[in-house]
Amino acid sequence: MDYVNAFWIGGLICALVQILMEKTKMLPGRIMVLLVCSGAVLGALQIYQPFQEFAGAGASVPLLGFGNTLWKGIQKAVDSDGFIGIFMGGFTASAVGISAALVFGYLASVIFQPKMKK
Amino acid sequence: MSQTIGTQSIQFDQAPYILGSASIVGTKEGEGPLGKLFDVVGEDDKFGEDTWEEAESTLQKEAASLAIGKAGLEKDDIRYIFGGDLLGQNIATTFGLMELNIPLFGLYGACSTAGESLSIAAMSVAAGYGEQVLAVTSSHFASAEKQFRFPLEYANQRPLSATWTVTGSGAFIVGKKRTNVRITGITTGKVVDYGVKDSMNMGAAMAPAACDTISQNLMDFNRQPQDYDKIITGDLGTVGQEILFDLMKKKGFDISNVHMDCGIEIFDSESQNTNAGGSGCGCSAVTLSAYILPQLEKGTWKRVLFVPTGALLSTVSFNEGQSVPGIAHGVVIEHAG
Repeated sequence: MDYVNAFWIGGLICALVQILMEKTKMLPGRIMVLLVCSGAVLGALQIYQPFQEFAGAGASVPLLGFGNTLWKGIQKAVDSDGFIGIFMGGFTASAVGISAALVFGYLASVIFQPKMKK
Repeated sequence: MSQTIGTQSIQFDQAPYILGSASIVGTKEGEGPLGKLFDVVGEDDKFGEDTWEEAESTLQKEAASLAIGKAGLEKDDIRYIFGGDLLGQNIATTFGLMELNIPLFGLYGACSTAGESLSIAAMSVAAGYGEQVLAVTSSHFASAEKQFRFPLEYANQRPLSATWTVTGSGAFIVGKKRTNVRITGITTGKVVDYGVKDSMNMGAAMAPAACDTISQNLMDFNRQPQDYDKIITGDLGTVGQEILFDLMKKKGFDISNVHMDCGIEIFDSESQNTNAGGSGCGCSAVTLSAYILPQLEKGTWKRVLFVPTGALLSTVSFNEGQSVPGIAHGVVIEHAG
């Protein structure tokens, strides 16, 4: 059942974003920022965490989940370190994802050459 | 006697001739409806180079050399080159034409550069500043995406109104020696801005400029659309074409019977997934060389108005929230029987 929920929730989020891409004039960068901010706001409203427990990777993998991770990291760091946690927590919580993106991005660029679109 | 007529046009007393032309395109263009007409279709879109920008330079150099050869000339016979492309600081032109060692005027008119370069080439020859001059322009899908949208590595999705930048280069020798095709007049466009802010919908941004130049041409030369066998815009695409018809109707001209758009002709949008059509300064240049000039040489068409259209944006102006102004340059090309 976990797999099924992850599948349809993840797919639903992607489908909603696809509608944004097709029906609005928003450029991709703006849509991504919107997703991250929405995730952080939904996290702050205590909505995203229960949602993520239900949907698993379907909610944590899309960019919305990244916003939620930022929010959770900041919340945790503020609880333990106070004010300075605002600047610390987001990066601590997302360090694995960001570093992995950098390292794998670099590796891919070493191995592969860009090709023409079809 | 003054050769200027109307407010924006020139009618040449001694109209210069097109002595030869060449078109080189990429693989996708080679698979399109005009594929068999092009002089050279590349086997690989990098044209043997390491980067997309170098590939575009090679395109331009090869097109220029081929046009010189087809006109039966040597490169020393060329007095000036008028060249341009879509990349920042015209690097495809600079690095591509450097080896030719011919005096160069680098031009930028976005996708209208094919018309701009032909206009100035014709003016130079008509004024006696050169026996033979060369006009060359190019664009490359991959380098243009990097320059104006996103690098291909980013793998973004393309909206339906987006046009597909043509990989190709067209070169033209304009001179005094008599041939079957001559440039009898030009209408130079103004920058026209209707406040379109969508960089993915260039057709809508350029249609008002095309309308402005075409209607000015008809008024300056005191002609009707039917006086042309074809009125050929560069790369408005399907979206821009509809807007152009509407705008022309408001000015009292119906051009829907004689209009043709290079961007619509060059790809089959259904099977080639190119959405609204082709674009880029290579688009109008290769279509002119491979498809339009042969019709004029044979006399199938007697007189056409060639109007490449350009969207004058940069990523800086666009990201700073400026609109996308358009420009269009008209060139009257006639069969000289």
